[in-house]
Amino acid sequence: MIKRMFSFFLLAAALLGTTGPAWSGRAVSPGIIETLAGEDSDAKIEAINRLVRDMPDQALPVLTAMADDSLSIADGRLVIMDGDTATDAVSGETLDPAPDNPEAITVNNRVRSKIAECLSALNLFSKDRDARMTSAADLSENPAPESLSIIEKALSAEKDSEITVKLHVARNKILLAASDPTLRIKAARALADNPTPSTRQLLAGLLLKNGDDFMEPDPDVQAAAAESLRSIDRQLAVGDTLGQIFTGLSLGSLLLLTAMGLAITYGVMGVINMAHGEFLMIGAYAAFAVQSVFRSRFPEYQDAYLLAALPAGFLAAALTGMILERTVIRFLYGRPLETLLATWGLSLILIQAVRTLFGAQNVEVANPAWMSGGVAVLPNLILPWNRIVIIGFSIAVLAAMWAILNLTRLGLFVRAVTQNRAMSGCVGVLTGRVDTLAFGLGAGIAGIGGVALSQVSNVGPDMGQNYIIDSFMVVVLGGVGQLAGAVWAALGLGVVSKFLEGWAGAVIAKILVLVFVIVFIQKRPQGMFALKGRTVESGS
Amino acid sequence: MPKRTLKSLLLSLAVITVFSVTTHAADTIKVGILHSLSGTMAISETALKETALMTIADINAKGGVMGKKLEPVVVDPASNWPLFAEKSRQLLSKDKVAVVFGCWTSVSRKSVLPVFKELNGLLFYPVQYEGEELEKNVFYTGAAPNQQAIPAVEYLMSKDGGTAKRFVLLGTDYVYPRTTNKILRAFLKSKGVAEADIMEEYTPFGHSDYQTIIAKIKKFAGTGKRTCVISTINGDSNVPFYKELGNAGLKATDVPVVAFSVGEEELRGVDTKPLVGHLAAWNYFMSVKNPQNTAFISMYKAWAKKQKLPNAAKVVTNDPMEATYIGIHMWKQAVEKAKSTDVDKVIAAMAGQTVKAPSGFTVTMDKKNHHLHKPVFIGEVRADGQFNVVWKTSGPVKAQPWSPFIPGNSSKKDEPM
Repeated sequence: MIKRMFSFFLLAAALLGTTGPAWSGRAVSPGIIETLAGEDSDAKIEAINRLVRDMPDQALPVLTAMADDSLSIADGRLVIMDGDTATDAVSGETLDPAPDNPEAITVNNRVRSKIAECLSALNLFSKDRDARMTSAADLSENPAPESLSIIEKALSAEKDSEITVKLHVARNKILLAASDPTLRIKAARALADNPTPSTRQLLAGLLLKNGDDFMEPDPDVQAAAAESLRSIDRQLAVGDTLGQIFTGLSLGSLLLLTAMGLAITYGVMGVINMAHGEFLMIGAYAAFAVQSVFRSRFPEYQDAYLLAALPAGFLAAALTGMILERTVIRFLYGRPLETLLATWGLSLILIQAVRTLFGAQNVEVANPAWMSGGVAVLPNLILPWNRIVIIGFSIAVLAAMWAILNLTRLGLFVRAVTQNRAMSGCVGVLTGRVDTLAFGLGAGIAGIGGVALSQVSNVGPDMGQNYIIDSFMVVVLGGVGQLAGAVWAALGLGVVSKFLEGWAGAVIAKILVLVFVIVFIQKRPQGMFALKGRTVESGS
Repeated sequence: MPKRTLKSLLLSLAVITVFSVTTHAADTIKVGILHSLSGTMAISETALKETALMTIADINAKGGVMGKKLEPVVVDPASNWPLFAEKSRQLLSKDKVAVVFGCWTSVSRKSVLPVFKELNGLLFYPVQYEGEELEKNVFYTGAAPNQQAIPAVEYLMSKDGGTAKRFVLLGTDYVYPRTTNKILRAFLKSKGVAEADIMEEYTPFGHSDYQTIIAKIKKFAGTGKRTCVISTINGDSNVPFYKELGNAGLKATDVPVVAFSVGEEELRGVDTKPLVGHLAAWNYFMSVKNPQNTAFISMYKAWAKKQKLPNAAKVVTNDPMEATYIGIHMWKQAVEKAKSTDVDKVIAAMAGQTVKAPSGFTVTMDKKNHHLHKPVFIGEVRADGQFNVVWKTSGPVKAQPWSPFIPGNSSKKDEPM
């Protein structure tokens, strides 16, 4: 510890400019190279300290490369490997030819944290504002006690207010361990303004018991820490609840996307469509196929493949749906039991067909770069982009479907035919064609749902089987023949099952949701929203 | 006339087929391969089928076993546990295979066990598992808990592993994760970890929405003590789990995740850049450098290219593949020693067999307990989806199928009844 503090003191000294830049160009001593390449983490950390202390100018590229796992040793030199090109880590010159058999330097999590710490300290004085911001943010999350003097130096030089806030947090976190209790109290109070999980963890750590004694000996500091902790907990609770609601909405939006197609084929047309899950699967495979085409033909537009996958997924599923309607399903209208069996058979055929075409294993559908990662809304609430996009997307699909059913001629025909087939026929609607188009629309919407699913779950031939029960649950719960019902049912089921999952675990939650749906349907067989129409069936 | 020629032609064809089948059967030895090629476990098990076929082809190219060629019989139990029992019955009683290489999940192994006992078959099981089993008809070439789970947790509690004090035990809901977590709970208690510092969570097979669980882990980790996650998630659920982990920004330096069923193969479908530093414990990693491993990897790459496997240029090897490879070679040696494929004679000849394994160590079949003596490695995920070995044992470790951390095990004998 003393040793570490000493080295950090020297690091600080180097950064403060008391030692001149006379080191540049000096070769890294063989001793450091050997220990960096060795197995012992303690020695490695010591070597990193020496590197930073003796050669702050070279330390930056060397440590950056080490953090990226691209630092190697070849012929007794430190080399940064980038693909096939090798650069000397110390002098920065490109080595041509690249050395044979460079031996990669491996780091474990402990060394990696150390490197991150040093890099943050080195970058605090960078001219680039973003680099300073990143390192200040890193330091505020997890500051090493030894970096106090560097942080204070940076604070006095820093003009940017955002960075200053981060640095103050880092400083206060370190001061929690100061020897002067008044400093500790001040730090504990100030940290109440930084409601992040890492601060909470630190403050809670003070109140832990070590044997019979608290980690923090002074009762006044304990009180200050406890008060800050309560304030932070209040603020974090907001994030927790919002997070649960968000995950519920995200699950709900997925359920809605998967169920919307069924809301047409089963809800509006009355076909018990057991092959619905397979239309989802066809959509997901269309996304995979489009991705493969983009990868091989237009690698530069790879991230845009998803946009092209949407129409492809729609068309592939809609075409399959229309063919099945023309060849099988139309002969079974009004015979629900036979429809059920026939569509179940069709689903098996579709699964096997895809298995033969693409193989039985799952295929990889990657998230485009713009859908990876997340946005931190609150310190403890990170919303993943792929979920946000899917929620927005499901709203868009819902709006489009509402518009098609209510504003277009096709929608009018579909509603007319499903309400009174004979009368529609009499006034000149081609009922057969409307059936085909409506079924195709339902299947196509399921295909789009499949494209969305490919972004969050596995794409394989049997994937549809996982969603068929959920989809029927949504449509039946919402009330057959109702779009609005499906929306409420999907969101409700999503939020309820996520809250249950948080409380009782995923396995129990699934059971409880099924029990709830069974009880609900028994009490209210028509679903949440009963269709109050004058359909021929309900009149008879 | 044409009708008659056709008839006689068919008849002679049939005779020829029957004849050729009988002569064919006389100079080959049939071996069964029982791995899921579809369903949730296909992500892991398909590669094992390929490894088995490759090893068999290699043995055949080098003259076979006792001068006879091996004839693989591949069946697909489709991640469906009762189907595993049906297919193994078919392999043993209809195809009359001399040995079966197969199963991944413990639930599938438990499902086929009664069949192998009833028909006195021979099963080589290539995957790490929870122990608590020692059957005469099975050889276990994967790790027992003391060869994987316990060392991994000890590493996490060490200084280099981050001195973890709080543990999330996360798994798929079936016998392997439940039993492993029972052992780990007892182990952690023996190390003085309090009940409140252990959280246990299970998800169904094929679970794909890990948002809630990751939020729970984050909350559990925010109490002032170093936290780690011990994952026994199996099958394709791992892909959404690791995706969510990356998206939620849970870094290995904050909360490391150590997995017992995730290897190079499972990480192929995941962007591993956000996952750097998360861990896995195995008895073999593809990144281990030694001549046996180089030969093993190039052999599998050549096989993948020849068989035109999907993504053949980027295939990887992993621990259960190595265990499959070791198992087939050990069985071959035992058959040659016993000079027979008779199950009882082969079982007797298996004791003490050794193979120079791709892990770089010579692994030995224990004289009594049907498990291998294997080395233990702990690796951290690299940005390219491979593992850096950060810790390993100095030599092979003897398996303890009856974990001393489960009460009542001390009286159990370390050999099949």
